[in-house]
This record gives sequence, C-alpha cells and structure tokens, in this order.
Amino acid sequence: MRRVAVIGVGMSKFGELWNMSFRDIVISAGTEAIEDANLEGREIEAMYIGNMSGGRFISQEHISALIADYSGLASINVPSIRVEAGDASGGVALKEAYISVASGIHDIVIAAGAEKVTDVGFAGEIMDSTIDQEWEAFPGATLAGLYAMMARLHMHRHGSTEEDLAMISVKNHRNAVNNPKAQFRREIRVQDVLSSPYTAEPLKMLDAAPISDGASVLILASEDVARKYTDTPVFIDSIIQSSDFIALQSREDILEMRAVKTAVRKALRMAKCDIGDVGVFEFHDSFTIAEMLLYENVGLCSSGEGHLLVREGEVEIGGRYPVNPSGGLKACGHAVGATGIRQAGEIVLQLRGDAGKRQVDAERGMAVNIGGTGATAVVSVFRR
Amino acid sequence: MVGIVSYGTYIPRYRIKAEEIARIWGENAEAIKNGLGVYEKSVPDIDEDTATISVMCAREAVKRAGIPRNSIGAVFVGSESHPYAVKPTATIVGEALGIDRFFHSADLEFACKAGTAGIQNCMAMVESGMIRYGLAIGADTSQGAPGDPLEYSASAGGAAFIIGDDGTIAEIRDTLSFTTDTPDFWRREGQPYPSHGGRFTGEPAYFRHVSTAAGEIMKRNNLSPEDFSYAVFHMPNGKFPVRVARMLGFTGKQIEQGLVVRYIGNTYSGSSLLGFCAVLDIARPEERILLTSFGSGAGSDAFIIEVTENIESIERNPGVWEKIRNGVYIDYGFYAKLRRKIRMG
Amino acid sequence: MLPRFWRKIRYRYNLIGTECTNCGKKFYPPRNLCPECRRKSRISEVELGEEGTVISYTVIHDASEPYKLQKPYVVGLVKLNSGPTVTSQIVCDPESVEIGMRVRAVFRKYGEDGEDGIIYYGTKFEPLNAGEME
Repeated sequence: MRRVAVIGVGMSKFGELWNMSFRDIVISAGTEAIEDANLEGREIEAMYIGNMSGGRFISQEHISALIADYSGLASINVPSIRVEAGDASGGVALKEAYISVASGIHDIVIAAGAEKVTDVGFAGEIMDSTIDQEWEAFPGATLAGLYAMMARLHMHRHGSTEEDLAMISVKNHRNAVNNPKAQFRREIRVQDVLSSPYTAEPLKMLDAAPISDGASVLILASEDVARKYTDTPVFIDSIIQSSDFIALQSREDILEMRAVKTAVRKALRMAKCDIGDVGVFEFHDSFTIAEMLLYENVGLCSSGEGHLLVREGEVEIGGRYPVNPSGGLKACGHAVGATGIRQAGEIVLQLRGDAGKRQVDAERGMAVNIGGTGATAVVSVFRR
Repeated sequence: MVGIVSYGTYIPRYRIKAEEIARIWGENAEAIKNGLGVYEKSVPDIDEDTATISVMCAREAVKRAGIPRNSIGAVFVGSESHPYAVKPTATIVGEALGIDRFFHSADLEFACKAGTAGIQNCMAMVESGMIRYGLAIGADTSQGAPGDPLEYSASAGGAAFIIGDDGTIAEIRDTLSFTTDTPDFWRREGQPYPSHGGRFTGEPAYFRHVSTAAGEIMKRNNLSPEDFSYAVFHMPNGKFPVRVARMLGFTGKQIEQGLVVRYIGNTYSGSSLLGFCAVLDIARPEERILLTSFGSGAGSDAFIIEVTENIESIERNPGVWEKIRNGVYIDYGFYAKLRRKIRMG
Repeated sequence: MLPRFWRKIRYRYNLIGTECTNCGKKFYPPRNLCPECRRKSRISEVELGEEGTVISYTVIHDASEPYKLQKPYVVGLVKLNSGPTVTSQIVCDPESVEIGMRVRAVFRKYGEDGEDGIIYYGTKFEPLNAGEME
C-alpha cells in the first residue's frame, strides 16, 4: 500500500445558500480545492462524492454524473462515484478515495461531499431516514429522540446535566467565530441553549446541529505525486470505517458506540500512535450528546466521564484535547454528506498551520464522522 | 348450555365533566345533569378508536378465559363508529388476538345494540356446532355534534364476551329480539355526526322496544322482576334506564350496580354490555340477570342469564367500576382536539 | 407504505419476534439471520410477552408530520422481560415517565395516511400500574 496525502482543500460556505444550486455549491468548493492543490484539473483520475439524499432533497439521483459534468470532468470521461452512508457519507467517500490511491489504482483523485437541503421544507424528516424507518421512526422515534434517550441515560447513570451539554454548543459556537466558512459565527451563552425549546427532552433546539447547504472537497495523491505539487502534504495515516446495529434498540448498551470504538482502535494501530499523540480533533456533533459520547468512545476519557472533560475545559482550543476548532457541525454547519470531508479538511488546515485564528498546534489530528446514531463510523488519523 | 365463558372491558382513561361542556356552550350544567343523569363521560385518546378499544377488551376476555386462542371460531365487532366505512374492524381484532386465520368474522352495526346482536350470532353458531367459541364485542367512540345535547353523553368504551357451551361463568337461558322500523336516531352516509328525533327517541323508540323485549322474555319464561338479582337496560342517559326499570317493576337496587352511564356516558354498543359486566364483576352463582339492549332504528335484544359457580374461579379484576374511577379529567379544548373537532389548516 | 405496513402487521400488533435456537438469543424486530451465529442460525418465531422495563425515554416535541397531533408524546426503549428491547411510544403523562418504570403492551393507533388513507395500528406501552393511577 502506498502512503496517501491530501494536497488540496476546498469548501463552500456552509449555511442557507439561497442563491446557490446544488451544482453551484459543489463547483465553488471544487474550484477552491483545485487551486489549493495547484492543479489544472485534467490530472484528476476519479472522483468520490459523499451525498446522503439527493433523491429526497432535490429529487436528483445520478448525482455522480451531474457533478462530473459540471466539474468539467465528464468531457475527459473521469469516473465518478456517489457514496451514501447517512451523514457519514463524506467520511466513507474519503475512505473509498483513499483506497483507490493507496492501492495504486489511481494517483490523483477527488474526495468530495455535497448536500443541498434548503430546496425542501422538511429536511429534518429526511435526516430521520438515517434511523431504522420500520422499527424506530414508524413507532414515533426521531433521530433527535434517539440521541435524547442516550442523553437521558447518561444523565441518569453518570450524573451529567443539560448544562454540560449546553457547554458543548457554547464551545463550538465560540470556535466558529474564527472560521470564515462557518454557518454561525457568533457566540452563544449556556443560558441561550437552556432556554431554547425542547425538540426531544432533554435535548433542545440549540443542542442540535443545523441542517445546512454546503460542499467540501479534498484532493488526494500518492506520496510521490504529492511531493511534486506541494511542500506541505498532510498524510492520511489511517482511515477506518466500521458498522454497528442500525437501531439503538439492538445494541447491548446504548451509550457504547461500538462502531466508533472499533474504528478508533484499528485506526490508531494502523497509524502507529496512541490517542495521546493526537493533538486536534473534529468530532461528529450532530447533537451535543453525540460529541460527549465520542469523548468517551474515542477514548479521550473513561466511559461515563465525558461531561467532566467539558467541565474542566479539556476540549477547548488550548485544552488537552481540542475538539471541533472549526465550530463542529453545530456552528460550522452540517451539510450532511459533506460533513465527513469538511471535518477532514479542517484537520488538514490545522496540520498545515493554515487555520488562522483558530489554529491549534498539533502534529496529528483525528476526524470522527458518524452516520445516524452511530451505525456507521469513519475514523481517520492525519499527520503533517 | 350456551353461555358466557369470559368477558373483558375497556374504558378510555380521559373524562370530561358536564360542567366543562356546559361552560363552553353557555348552558346550565346542573339542569343538564339533572335532566340527563350524566355527570361526566369517557373520551378516547388521540390514538384510540373502536378497533383499539375492541382489541383491548377482547384481549382481557381471552386472557381471563384461559382458552387456546385458536379455538375461537368467530369474531363479531358491533359498533356504530367503525374506523372504516368499508373494511372490517373484526379482521384487525382477529389479527391482534393472534387467533388462527380460519375464523368467521363480520362487523355489525345496529346503533347501540350491535354488541348484543353479536352475542346472539355467536350463540347460534355455538349451538349449531359451527364453532366452539365465538367472540362478540360491542365498542364505540361515539360522537355528538358540538353543542348538541348528545355531546354530554356520547362516549367511548367497549366490552367483549367469549361465548361457548363449556366452562361457562353464566348461562344464557333465553334471548329474544323485538324489531321495528322506527327512525329515532340515525347518521346518513358521509355525515360526521348523527341526527336524532329529540323527544321522539323516548316513548316510541327506547321505551317501547326495551319494555316490549324485556316484558315478553320474562312472560314466556314465567318470570317476574323479583326473580332477578339484577337488571341492566341500555343507557342512552341516566334517566331512561331508571324509568324503564320502574315501568317493568324493577327496584332501584336491582339496576344500581349496572348503572354506569352517570360516570362514563353512553358508550353506545358498549353501553348495556359494560353495565352487564359491572354486574358480572360481583355476581354470585345462581343469580339471575336480565339484560336488555336497545338500538335506534330500532330494536331491543333481551337476555335471561344465570350465573354458574365457575364465576368464582375466573379473574374479574380490575372490575368495571374500578376502571370507571380511574379517570383523568380534561378540558373542552383538549377534548375538541382529541375528537378532531378542530378544523386543521 | 401500505404493503410495507401490511407485511409486518403480525409483528406490530403483537410482540412476536424471532429466536435463534442455536444460541437462544431472541430478537425484536424479528431477524431472519442471527447476528451471532450467522450461517449456523436456526431462526423460529417466538412470542415475547407483554411486559418490560423502560431503560431510557424522551418526550418528543418536534414530531414528524404524522405524529404532530400526538405531541408531546413519550418514546422509550423498553427492555422486555423476555430479553429484546423495543422502541415504542409509552402512553402516559410525560411528567410521570422514568427510567426503570415497569410497562405493559397496549394496542393503539400509530397514525393514518391522511383522512382517506389506511389507519396504522400497533403496539405501544403503558405503565404497569396504569390501572391504579390517581
């Protein structure tokens, strides 16, 4: 297997992009990545696109061909592959792109993610399609409701509080202030979160990430090719995908994210490092409770102590484990299929030293992208 | 002899008081309570209907009976509020009971007496040897138009009976029906609420049919009111059953136990049956009960029932009166939402 | 939605799951393949009983369209006495639900396909002491 590097990063603005169509968004991110990698365009050999639900958000399937066409890559017949794994679609697209380069099949590929959600008025219900439709959604559960049950049990078992969760939103908003691409570049207070309406008790509106328009693009190259284009390649030391039961009810313990645990264990082994060697993290905070459970399941702390990490400020920029310097899904925005790529892009910028006022000093970084309530997990470790 | 093997009941937990309804329509609650004899009524939850009520009372009956589910050969659901105009409720009940799919079933409709009609059908099928056990259910989530006097009484509930000829807790010694074409109360196809003939529902309808059926069945069995421990008559309100009992010569003591209407309203197809179940809850072996239903349109089914010693060995808790007392009061606004009286945008 | 609902009516109306007779594990919803035994799976249907315990719950305020009239409503993970865990609505006052509460199955409406569509029924739970409330 060959080493694989990221040589270009691009990202559209995340948010409610009323003036931009699906293709406009993708092209804005793609152009930025091509420029960042110093490519002309025709060097691209394949493209992998994470997209959760083009079919329901914009009634467009065959997203792969559409994107190849509008990226100017159909004219040179570049293969294009759409990847779907709920809101882990981006992470899985990155893994597929990685494999195609590591294996020697391709030298330069695009790993992208894109979602256009604001053309319909019921994006939340489409997000609910990441849970088991027949045995979770049909009886009345929602995605937020399932996370809420995890939060409720954590509070019951470990004594965490709604304030602890609120502090995660507050932290992510604070970080997003320094991210020019973020959807919400404003600070909020714990009180704001606590006084926002319940969506599924104990979770409130400000515990949940928005559902955003946005696209994010990475350009991957084999090590030797990468060196020709950049002096600051960031290597993907490992990227592991793992699965768990889709329905929460099938899991032995709903606070244990077994897909995450497995992927982290394998990713660290493949990257030949310990969690303590990783200096910056992007975690999937579709809900505040998801980020808190990731602290525990990734191994930043013991099981049942996630809230202590928040209280002690360890997950802040400047703390022992800076999580979501970008603002995370909560404040940077959650463009569903783009999120996994967006997280990896943030880690690359951090390791290159291009993260501006939100810069964390780190040699290694980790991105954790999950689908639904954790039935899919993608964990990647990057090194500069 | 054919009779009742087991019974089960269900009453939704919500209640609305006459005072609350009167408050909305600017009426005198005391006058209505005195005139109608109904103080409060049961209200189904947003996710309850005749099918769910039927299933809940039928499950209780099956559980108490302790018979193999597959020995039930017929399911009849009597109601005037079947959830579908076309598509049987009985198939939903059969599936939810998990009984063998080789069973006879039909929905019945005869205003408030469709439940007792189901009992008679089961009796005939058991006696003819067509089936071993039959399940007869009377259940409704009846509606009265907003502001109509019916709104104080039209309520929800149901009772289920397993009819068979072995292990009966009560034998049905005789049954008789009296039927005429008397349009005292009706609902035309496609109309949301029923209409009625006002005072015409009394003398020519309720009183004539109930007293004729009850009187005739006693006469042909050489029995008189003092031969019965209890009598239960259909309860469209709290007044009619009391008056018809007096007309026939029954005492207040004989009808008191079955007079559930004051606290849950008229549960239509479940009405006389819930009263009858309240009697079974406390009945002792060898006691004799007169049950007479009434369905507008119009007809009455009368039954002479004798309790056997098996009644001592069947589970009878929680009883009807316990379920009646287990209510949660709601206001008219919530009631209007639950009963879909609010026009949604 | 109609055929999809109809197909599993048996399992929605009653808590019928499957059991792998190779390892003894029971499943709800029913599985055709045991996730432990895989090729060695020996699957047969099993009745899972009607009682269980709430292991976690939430009160849904932001409901999807078919459930809007029911909100706020309680959804819980109910661990059946027979083993499997079920995601279900719990019919009770949202203020009264708690972890560890004992519940039993009831038959209720889930929703309907508009005013002229079919009605969906299925299993929900109510507190075991519902008959003794108030």
